Amino acid sequence: MFLGMSAELLARFQFAFTVSFHFIFPAFSIGLASFLMVLEALWLWKKDNAYLKLFDYWKTIFAVTFGMGVVSGIVMSYQFGTNWAAFSDKAGPVIGPLMGYEVLTAFFLEAGFLGIMLFGLKRVGPRLHFFATCMVALGTLISATWILAANSWMQTPAGFTTNDVGQFVPVDWLQIIFNPSFPYRLVHTVLAAFLTTAFAVGAVGAYHLLRDKTNRHARIMFSMAMWMAALVTPIQIFVGDLHGLNTLEHQPAKIAAMEGHYETHKGAPLILFGIPDDKAETTHFAIEIPKLGSLILAHDPDAEIKGLKAWPVDERPPALIPFFTFRIMVGLGILMLLVGAWSLWARFRKTLYDNRWLHRAALTMGPSGFVAVLAGWYTTEVGRQPYTVYGLLRTSDSLATVDAQAIGFSLIAFIVVYFIVFGAGVFYLLRLMSRVPEVGDEDLDDGPTRAAGITPAIQLEASGRGGHGH
Amino acid sequence: MVIDLATIWAGLIAFAVLAYVVLDGFDLGVGILFPLFPDARDRDVMTNSIAPVWDGNETWLVLGGGGLMAVFPLAYATVLPALYVPIILMLLGLVFRGVAFEFRFRTKRWKPLWEWGFCLGSLVAALAQGIALGALVQGIEIADRQYAGGWWDWLTPFSLLTGVGLAVGYALLGATWLNLKTHGELQAKARRIAMVAGVATVGLIGVVSLWTPFLEPIYFQRWFAWPTAFFSALVPLLVALCAFGLWHGLTIDRHLQPFLCALGLFILSFVGIGISFYPYIVPGALTFHEAAAPDESLSFLLFGAAFLIPIILAYTGYAYWVFRGKVDPEEGYH
Repeated sequence: MFLGMSAELLARFQFAFTVSFHFIFPAFSIGLASFLMVLEALWLWKKDNAYLKLFDYWKTIFAVTFGMGVVSGIVMSYQFGTNWAAFSDKAGPVIGPLMGYEVLTAFFLEAGFLGIMLFGLKRVGPRLHFFATCMVALGTLISATWILAANSWMQTPAGFTTNDVGQFVPVDWLQIIFNPSFPYRLVHTVLAAFLTTAFAVGAVGAYHLLRDKTNRHARIMFSMAMWMAALVTPIQIFVGDLHGLNTLEHQPAKIAAMEGHYETHKGAPLILFGIPDDKAETTHFAIEIPKLGSLILAHDPDAEIKGLKAWPVDERPPALIPFFTFRIMVGLGILMLLVGAWSLWARFRKTLYDNRWLHRAALTMGPSGFVAVLAGWYTTEVGRQPYTVYGLLRTSDSLATVDAQAIGFSLIAFIVVYFIVFGAGVFYLLRLMSRVPEVGDEDLDDGPTRAAGITPAIQLEASGRGGHGH
Repeated sequence: MVIDLATIWAGLIAFAVLAYVVLDGFDLGVGILFPLFPDARDRDVMTNSIAPVWDGNETWLVLGGGGLMAVFPLAYATVLPALYVPIILMLLGLVFRGVAFEFRFRTKRWKPLWEWGFCLGSLVAALAQGIALGALVQGIEIADRQYAGGWWDWLTPFSLLTGVGLAVGYALLGATWLNLKTHGELQAKARRIAMVAGVATVGLIGVVSLWTPFLEPIYFQRWFAWPTAFFSALVPLLVALCAFGLWHGLTIDRHLQPFLCALGLFILSFVGIGISFYPYIVPGALTFHEAAAPDESLSFLLFGAAFLIPIILAYTGYAYWVFRGKVDPEEGYH
């Protein structure tokens, strides 16, 4: 049954599958919540109803995304127990309170104010409504902070001791939360979420500009998104570099896997492309640039970079996946940088809304953030192997005593259900994004009229109309 | 009884689970009742009555799960593998239920699919939670800090009965919620359904209560030995009082009273389970002191919980207050 796969492999597949689907939604909703907050602030400040209409346009998209994030997240909070019981027993005393704080400070805040943000403008008025939007945006950021503290602790554990039943016992919570990789991972991931949103919003703006370059709403969203792309991408690349230096210090084996290095070098080359082969302990077909690896990783062309052979075979992460996912992430980062710079140039030339090639490029880059986020996530998580708590608790010792069949069948159930539900969800999101942002009588309106705006029937019509564009 | 960190946390986790059961109980109940309301406008009103609050309600389930891992990691690590199948079914049910709020407005052609998903998802989640409860009550096997039974051990006549019991109870909560939040024919129908569900719920509470003491000697002793026998006399009496209040409120067309009495039935049943369990978290196998995380974990999270839970209750209460009163059928969804 299940191709003779072990419970461990099936459980890892299941976790990778469910967390990959889950991560896509918060990566979008973190940025989208802040975007909505900015839109509403601009509406209140400039008294320009265009911003309110844009708020309503993206609010629906946020609601669908957020809903999928919630339901796929609940699965995660129980999967630690069902499939990774030994991990939960041992690491629960450290990881658990961090996730407990995430629920108490973030999930309740988001959920409590989401209803008001989505349905309550008419009931509470613009000021309280704006407060609710701010709370939802704040909640998404607090949530990211706690979950990344927990994840970073698994990568670079600190501030703990162990007891006689093998549990990790907290000693210093500040050291646990602010563990060595946490600040880098937090900033890198939150910026990634902002960039994911920027490129998604930019693509929607570009799509509508390609059909009608005079559409004011499309112009506003495209312009805002391109500012974000142009300003944040360079910062993100800088932060990513710092994150890499931090990883080299604390998890050098992960760096060796990402770089496809098996041998230890002084003045290591940068392998641009190749196929790492863990069995043969070499990277086939390597295309290398001498010394550049050491220069990038250690900022010194002659620095020594350890290769995977420096570790015993059973302590090495597999190289193939991190090697490729890392290159995908970096490649997309460079493309983002180029698009951002191009948009600055077009803005300077005053062709931001006319340059169809820029619009086409931005449209193509729409999914880039999602792919980059997942690729980066795979790099760091696969690079942590063969441990769940780095260097201390092996993945193979983290499992529950559950039958491989149970895990296999539930994996199939998750695959089937997720493809149906989230497949449909993504389709609905795309259809919502293809709605033409209506530029109407916003100069005539002088206040928040119908907060919620559109009734379901009209919305259906609108999305149906938009759907023909495909 | 010494009040220490583990005892306080046992109380807080119990509170989170109870909050989850009564809050998500009524909105899962609304989902379970969907097939009885085929009219499209009725269904819009029904989902609109819970759309602003369901996410907050479900967050208590995350607190129950995440909190259990934080403060009773050994219980989390043994109970969830033991209840593997019902837990996975519950999660999948909640996926379908949760996305339906948005998805049913996003498509005409596939709307029936998401409405069935909403209903069956709610029903499966309710059954699975009830089955999980029954399986926990009948006990699970633990050896060497790991679950030691098979992956079908949870399936017994008793656990199936508690599954049905909880689903019917949620339907009662849902019906009394609709009685509170709607008017006209929809409300009248909800009231009639609440009467049937009320009788069925009280009957099932009775059967489960009579069956439980014979599952394990400790339950028998707990319920029929002094001083706890005092409670075993008091709890049924209060159940009878709530049942009367429920029936009376429905017959004279009160709107809030039946909902409160249905909540009362749930709270009393929960207290009854608490009396049976104490001081165990997994009956007969693991006390909550044995399952507790080190004090450093308990005190760190308690510090935050003591501050944050009152604040959470305040703004959750505010969110309910904002959407108080009958649902306006004319109010658009978004």
